[in-house]
Amino acid sequence: MLGLLFISPWIVGFFLFLVYPVFSNFHLGMTDYSGFGEPAWIGFKNYQELFHDSLFWTSIYNTFYYVILAVPLGVVVAIALALAMNQKVREARVYRALLYIPSIAPAFALSMMLIWILNPRYGLFNFLLGFLHIPAIDWLGDRRFSKLAIVLVAQFGAGQIALIFLAALKAIPSHLYDAASLDGAGYLRKFWYVTLPLLTPTILYDVIIGVGLGLQVFVPAYIMTDGGPLNSTLFAALYIYKNAFEYGRVGFAAAVSGLLFLINATVAVITFWSSKYWVNYNID
Amino acid sequence: MLRVFLVAMSLFYISPIYWMLVTALKSDQELSQFPPTLLPQAAVWNNFDDATKAFPFLAYFGNTVFYAALVMLGSVLSNFVIAYGFSRIKWPGRDLLFYPVIASIFIFIQFPVNPITMVPMFALFAKLGMVNSYLPLVVPTFFGNPFFIFLLRQFMLQIPTDISEAARIDGANEFQIMTRLILPLAKPALVVVALFAGVGAWNDFLGPLIYLHDDKLYTLSLGLTFFKTMHGIQFNLLMAASCLVVLPVVAVFLLFQRFFTDGIALGGGK
Repeated sequence: MLGLLFISPWIVGFFLFLVYPVFSNFHLGMTDYSGFGEPAWIGFKNYQELFHDSLFWTSIYNTFYYVILAVPLGVVVAIALALAMNQKVREARVYRALLYIPSIAPAFALSMMLIWILNPRYGLFNFLLGFLHIPAIDWLGDRRFSKLAIVLVAQFGAGQIALIFLAALKAIPSHLYDAASLDGAGYLRKFWYVTLPLLTPTILYDVIIGVGLGLQVFVPAYIMTDGGPLNSTLFAALYIYKNAFEYGRVGFAAAVSGLLFLINATVAVITFWSSKYWVNYNID
Repeated sequence: MLRVFLVAMSLFYISPIYWMLVTALKSDQELSQFPPTLLPQAAVWNNFDDATKAFPFLAYFGNTVFYAALVMLGSVLSNFVIAYGFSRIKWPGRDLLFYPVIASIFIFIQFPVNPITMVPMFALFAKLGMVNSYLPLVVPTFFGNPFFIFLLRQFMLQIPTDISEAARIDGANEFQIMTRLILPLAKPALVVVALFAGVGAWNDFLGPLIYLHDDKLYTLSLGLTFFKTMHGIQFNLLMAASCLVVLPVVAVFLLFQRFFTDGIALGGGK
């Protein structure tokens, strides 16, 4: 059992840093705990409370809004970036670097930058939209646009996943395109019938990772809006954070975390299950 | 035509970072001009000086380097040994035990600190008296990270098994094979892990936010947020400080471009 010895740090890490906190969420979720002293057992009271808490439902609504927009958009944007990176031009490396860099730049710094770019009076973005005769929008200060703004901002991070799509594009054998050309297929048809089916495994990966990241979105909202205006960007992760670390409602926050885990795991399992209907694993 | 499109797309993507630099160099008056000037009329390099004096930039820079270095060390050491056990040794149940690793990636790509586990983990570290130190951020990285295990396993599976067999026949034990034979061959993948781990720590916001309370311990991510609440209106200074935080990441990327791009392709492979 030498192998077990080698992986033993991970076994410890898996139980200590993943299994323990996931179960502890359900345990702590049944206590009244402020972070000091001992948690007091209160059964399902936190869950009863949160079902009647309109802010909880707002945070769930906001989170789903974000995931439902950001994940499909993220797939489209990442594929578009990958196609751009894959063009056979001499300076392709330069494009690849420029498209990729925003995705490794720290999100907190980019978020601060975007507060300024999206500023309703002095911001670059409204200035540029002005050329299209779009009136100035208070992106982060208007509850109708704030979630959308965060969804759009997140697309600057698409470079990371675009590189995975790029690798998948490069792995497509060229004879498939040649055959399609012989059949008289144009660029669009080749993309639809050859490229896209062969990208489906990567799309599956992107969707599952994207759903996880989306359900747990925190940093842009914390930095740019702090959940506002009028709680329109109060995402579940921010709601958990505020309850646990600002309001001292640790038990309540754990109850929400537990539910967030269940939602995340359920969506991941459903996505996997659905993959047999739309993911193509055969290259030929 | 294609080039016009590619250039436009690239410029759009790099625009936030370009704008960060331009804004950092603007004077207070120029900052409040509309329409905004696309190049600073007179570059105010002093903004960088003022920004680094407005908060303990160097101390926070040092803290962040310290944090990133420890995370790199922990990540490379632990994930190499773990991935070795998942790829270079045959044992019953090995591939079965790999499923939880994959499952963990999907929900916990942000590891170890993420919104789902942060409340109980904080409570646990508080009980252990480790809050307000780097321990809760660094110690977990010595116990493996599912994404890095996956990445290294993929890489090490590609190394032919014959060379390990030959060494075994020559009487080498597993530890010797790992350190003398496989370690040098796995170096490119280990560099990838080191880079991702280092950049991840550098960019980490949630972890420091939860665990570092004493402002002497702040990382740049916290320092910048602190700076924003103090001098929020002076966006040129805030952007000057932000530039200094982003720049090292961009520099590391440009120096090690190959490793980043190949490493990600490896991580996405099936």
